Amino acid sequence: MDSIIPLAQILIFPGFLFLASYGMLLQWVDRKLCAVMQNRMGPPWFQPVADFIKLLAKEVIVPEEADNTMFRVLPYFALAAVMTAMVSIPVGETALFSFQGDLVAVIYLLTIPTVTFFLAGWSSKSPYSTVGSMRVLTQLFAYEVPLMLALIGPAILAGTWNIAEISAFFAAHPALIPAQLLGFLAAIIALQGKLERLPFDIPHAKNEIAGGQFTEYSGRLLDFFLLAVDMELVVGAALLNAVFLGGALGLTGIAAIALFLAKTLAITFLLALLKVLMARIRIEQMINFCWKYLAPVAMAQVLFDIFLKYKLG
Amino acid sequence: MSKITIPFGPQHVALKEPENFMLVLEGEQIQGATVNLGYNHRGMEKAAEERTYLQDLYLIERVCGICSHSHTTCYITNVEELAKAETPKRALAIRTLVAELERVHSHLLWLGVAGYEMGFETLFMYTWRDREQVLDCLELLSGNRVHYSINTIGGVRRDISAEQKTEVMKRIDYLVERTNYYIKLATEEPTIYARTSKVGMLPPEEALRRNAVGPTARASGIARDVRKDDPYLIYNELDFKVITHNTNDVFGRLVVRALELVESYKIIKQVLNNLPEGPIAVKVPMRIAPGEAVNHYEAPRGEDIHYLKSNGTDKPERLKVRAPTLANLQSVQYMLEGGWMADVPLVIAAIDPCMSCTDRAVVWDPKKGKKQTYGWEELRKMAIERYKRRGVDFSRLG
Amino acid sequence: MKKPARIFSEVIKHLFKKPATSGYPFTPATPMKDFRGRIDFDSAKCIGCQICVRVCPAKAIEIPLSEVQPPAPAQVEGQPPVAAKKKFDCIMKLGNCVYCWQCAESCPKQALITTQDFELASVDRKQLRRHYK
Repeated sequence: MDSIIPLAQILIFPGFLFLASYGMLLQWVDRKLCAVMQNRMGPPWFQPVADFIKLLAKEVIVPEEADNTMFRVLPYFALAAVMTAMVSIPVGETALFSFQGDLVAVIYLLTIPTVTFFLAGWSSKSPYSTVGSMRVLTQLFAYEVPLMLALIGPAILAGTWNIAEISAFFAAHPALIPAQLLGFLAAIIALQGKLERLPFDIPHAKNEIAGGQFTEYSGRLLDFFLLAVDMELVVGAALLNAVFLGGALGLTGIAAIALFLAKTLAITFLLALLKVLMARIRIEQMINFCWKYLAPVAMAQVLFDIFLKYKLG
Repeated sequence: MSKITIPFGPQHVALKEPENFMLVLEGEQIQGATVNLGYNHRGMEKAAEERTYLQDLYLIERVCGICSHSHTTCYITNVEELAKAETPKRALAIRTLVAELERVHSHLLWLGVAGYEMGFETLFMYTWRDREQVLDCLELLSGNRVHYSINTIGGVRRDISAEQKTEVMKRIDYLVERTNYYIKLATEEPTIYARTSKVGMLPPEEALRRNAVGPTARASGIARDVRKDDPYLIYNELDFKVITHNTNDVFGRLVVRALELVESYKIIKQVLNNLPEGPIAVKVPMRIAPGEAVNHYEAPRGEDIHYLKSNGTDKPERLKVRAPTLANLQSVQYMLEGGWMADVPLVIAAIDPCMSCTDRAVVWDPKKGKKQTYGWEELRKMAIERYKRRGVDFSRLG
Repeated sequence: MKKPARIFSEVIKHLFKKPATSGYPFTPATPMKDFRGRIDFDSAKCIGCQICVRVCPAKAIEIPLSEVQPPAPAQVEGQPPVAAKKKFDCIMKLGNCVYCWQCAESCPKQALITTQDFELASVDRKQLRRHYK
């Protein structure tokens, strides 16, 4: 019995099933919000599910030139890494498996999908996906540092590397949450880059290099990649919620989960807003932006947090 | 880093029509580019020789979906010149009105496409939503949204009533307001500027050397506009400015098109307010007197040239169309080289290409059902033989 | 003057607006008054002059003689016999038609009737060849 409950948690809530369905819901919310802001109708609520099922039914074509094993295995790697990352992030009042240093582990686990995107593009060996995968890596170096810096700030302030403890710290000191605004904004922008959404969808910019790293992917394999991206959105939003917004804020049970949903939806709204506000920038402009503005902003937040910590004793 | 050659087209997301650009990439930077035409040839000029002048009107309209009025007006000016028909003043005014509405529709469409190519989907959605207003105007006046078919030999087919006039005016007022907003947006939004500034540079001397026309040339500071240089229809009576910009880049082309929209609104209002009275068409006989005529016309994309030769029957002997994209494609190659891979769609879109207007060479034999590629030499030889049979010898020409 | 996120206020405004797009085909679309749609045919007016066939740029019209011809009117006493008015059909190939209405404008007897029908797409080829009797 002791082993069944964690298994159920991993498979159903807050694990795979919840992650997949909530990921699809967030995808729909994102698409609908963008559509409304662009003055169009947008898709019906079941569109992501319909897309998912339709793609599942499609034939999988592996290019002759491509590395067959790599090509087929990579989507599952991306999916697994994202799901593993979710295990340490609190959805309700507690995380499934919380340990000291899980913040760092989550950051690294979230890098794995990006690396699989790169490998996916590289192993498909077509020109578009090669260019796309090179862009994936270049972009990784641009947003990863600001994202990490931004996440370090709250960790320093709370004096712990445990995500659940960081949320607990902010729940205990809600007055400190607004002080994290700069870091939160930097993290949102960096997360947008990580999720490869407009204006940072450079690796798979459809009107430049077709599907970028996913050009050669089709059917089930593409489906799992896209599902991994959806789940990454949930994980990213949940991570920001836990680290910057104080997680459950001391609530328990259903109320905690409702708060989680509300706050992740709000973060999705911010991400959707970023998407409609700007034109896609070029890769070199993105690197400039991330290193010149975003990283210093995140750094300033870290310094401010160190100062705050010193002041608070 | 090694060089990769990427085929951009004939089937590519960024290209709405099949055309091939071979790009040699070093990393993200383009080392060389070649433009290959000929994926979308429809043999329209030949087909025009098989149809009567009236039927050709509807064929020529379909040369291009967006500048359909431009092509028919240019063609019909030729026909009327040969037939020595006195087109009524009111018909000319209505043609001018539709021409400017078409320019508005084309430029708004371009603005949306440019927004889409630079990844600014909101701009794309908004401009295309507002473009519906001008399409509604065209539907109201002519009965169709895209192929207006308002021209007929000797005049126009539909008159404009007072209600239609007020309706069009109302929509134009809305568009004026929206366009002013887009001009502000395009010049103030930093990401748009970042994507378009210093992209696809075309210095004025290169633009002249490569025969750039229309907004592409005007954005390089060359004040060339057929409407001013050689006024046709009733443009000599209208008050408008030729917009130029001197940044030589995609941003310049954006600004030129946006400001031209404002000029077009001005023209539309002038024409609507001073519509001359009188009939809208005169009768022109089916057979057109023999002769040759060449006319040019400022299409939304640049100068459109039509040549027409008549042999006294009811069908033309030869029709030749030089669409503006053909003139502008030469510059694309120059604009692409040394640029970024990410800017390719934008640079190509910036000339507002219309490939199906442009394509020329035939490489298909429907009878044998197999493809055959003709080289330049063979094509030339065949052409010389064909005209020799008709009594013209071109073999001495270089 | 550069303003980051210049479109922000516009975007937020649209959050509270109805979409500009319509749910066609679930909500009907109405074309303008003189929209060029399908051409209908009035056999009683047609005199079989074939002008429409000749002007049609897409060769979409055929005007054959009807299979069933009306009988000749009864001869009136003291007058020469009147020949029966021939009856014509019209075959309109909707797949070819470019909806320019040139035929209707050229028709000397207004036998071709203009309509605003535009929902004419079909997966059945037979549907695209309308035989008006």
